Amino acid sequence: MYSASDLRKGLKIELDGQPYEVTEFNFFKPGKGQAMYKCRIKNMITQSTMEKTFREVDKIGEPNLDHRNMHFSYVDGENYVFSDQTTYEEFRIHQQTLGDKRFFLVEDMAVDILFHNGNPIDIQMPFFIEKIITDTEPGVRGDTATNVTKPAKIDNGYELRVPLFINQGDTIRIDTRTGAYVDRVSKG
Amino acid sequence: MPTPLRRLRLRSDCFRAVRAFFYAADFWETDTPVKVAAPALEEHIDAVPADDGFLRTSPELHMKRLLSEGAERIFQLGPCFRRGERGAFHHPEFTLLEWYRAHADYETILADTQALLRQVARALLGGTTLPAATGPVDLGGEWRRLTVADAFRRWAGWDPTANWDADRFDLDLVEKVEPALPRDRPVILMDYPAPAAALARLRPDGRTAERWELYLGGLEIANAYSELTDPDEQRRRFAACAAARAARGKPVYPLDEDFLEALRRGPATAGGIALGLDRFILLCAGAERLADVLPPP
Repeated sequence: MYSASDLRKGLKIELDGQPYEVTEFNFFKPGKGQAMYKCRIKNMITQSTMEKTFREVDKIGEPNLDHRNMHFSYVDGENYVFSDQTTYEEFRIHQQTLGDKRFFLVEDMAVDILFHNGNPIDIQMPFFIEKIITDTEPGVRGDTATNVTKPAKIDNGYELRVPLFINQGDTIRIDTRTGAYVDRVSKG
Repeated sequence: MPTPLRRLRLRSDCFRAVRAFFYAADFWETDTPVKVAAPALEEHIDAVPADDGFLRTSPELHMKRLLSEGAERIFQLGPCFRRGERGAFHHPEFTLLEWYRAHADYETILADTQALLRQVARALLGGTTLPAATGPVDLGGEWRRLTVADAFRRWAGWDPTANWDADRFDLDLVEKVEPALPRDRPVILMDYPAPAAALARLRPDGRTAERWELYLGGLEIANAYSELTDPDEQRRRFAACAAARAARGKPVYPLDEDFLEALRRGPATAGGIALGLDRFILLCAGAERLADVLPPP
């Protein structure tokens, strides 16, 4: 159990059986009253945020979190299959849990899966991946007054916005944390 | 916001203006020990241990002893220390300005506060509007007075002077009442519930204490009392604090017997106040965090 005075940005806590990360934290103490810790916390499973104030005397649960190194194996319907490199145990994670990150997985990619009470809740992958643009309209110079980016797709159907000078066949770098275009690696 | 050096210079200008005000009003500047054997017993204030004693959390007890010895108008500005208080507006070492008047009450102290802050603001800023980060605060106009009962009924939906709930009081003060207070002018929250009296005397009905707090820009700046001068009542309150602290596993400080003894000698009435000078300087500098106006460690 944590004491309220342990609270800090980045701390992982458990409330009502759900794991949360403290994203903001402010100390309040009315002159003669008890100390209060006003936090903004983010549910690590649903990603929703909320405000929560803890009193000095409050005790806060520690979530049972674990992470394991795995490699991505293959897609099986709506589930993505990962294998633990030491035990060869297989884990299936539903595409809903992975969100857009599922589009950035490549075969045999080494990832870090976060488990809460044995359930996978998040995945940490390499920050950048390279993908070929399979679909995009040619960008017309002079169009910059209204648009500086245009839609584009990669092989698995993921859509993102890219600068006008990117063409079909170009290889680009994507930031897996934001899902956004970073730069062009090579022309197609 | 002024440059770091200019902010430190502002501290000096502030101390100078404060001293000028009090010397002109026939107060003398007391310096009482910073290292003490018996810090004031308060439920939620922890003292920093120092060798065989503690660093003071406030000069209050020593200054009130001077009142008992016949001092009539005294002030002090200096460092105070509180353990575990660190945040945007808290620092474990901070500067308190305290002043006391014998034969006075919290209304006299309020008049002092208005005159002092207006004068200091004029000296530092050339006017009485503070360029606080949350918006301008006009010290020159009318100061808004609200009782704790009214403020809580209005913004928290209950009356802590009728039904006391310590946890709910502290929480609602921080979550509901303080954020709702007007920011453009000084706000005086007055007549706290008896259980939150601290060292203030109670009104005859016993339900509220003659205590007020000043808020500027939504930030708590000062805490003033019609001082409790009855040594038996003071001893009872200290004992209750000691029991509450012990129950929560907090260190219980020795009773300041010299202080309790001094209360027997008088005066019958006194008014006093503790004002967070760093916070006032923060407002004058338009800073966002206390650390921005504190001397660098």
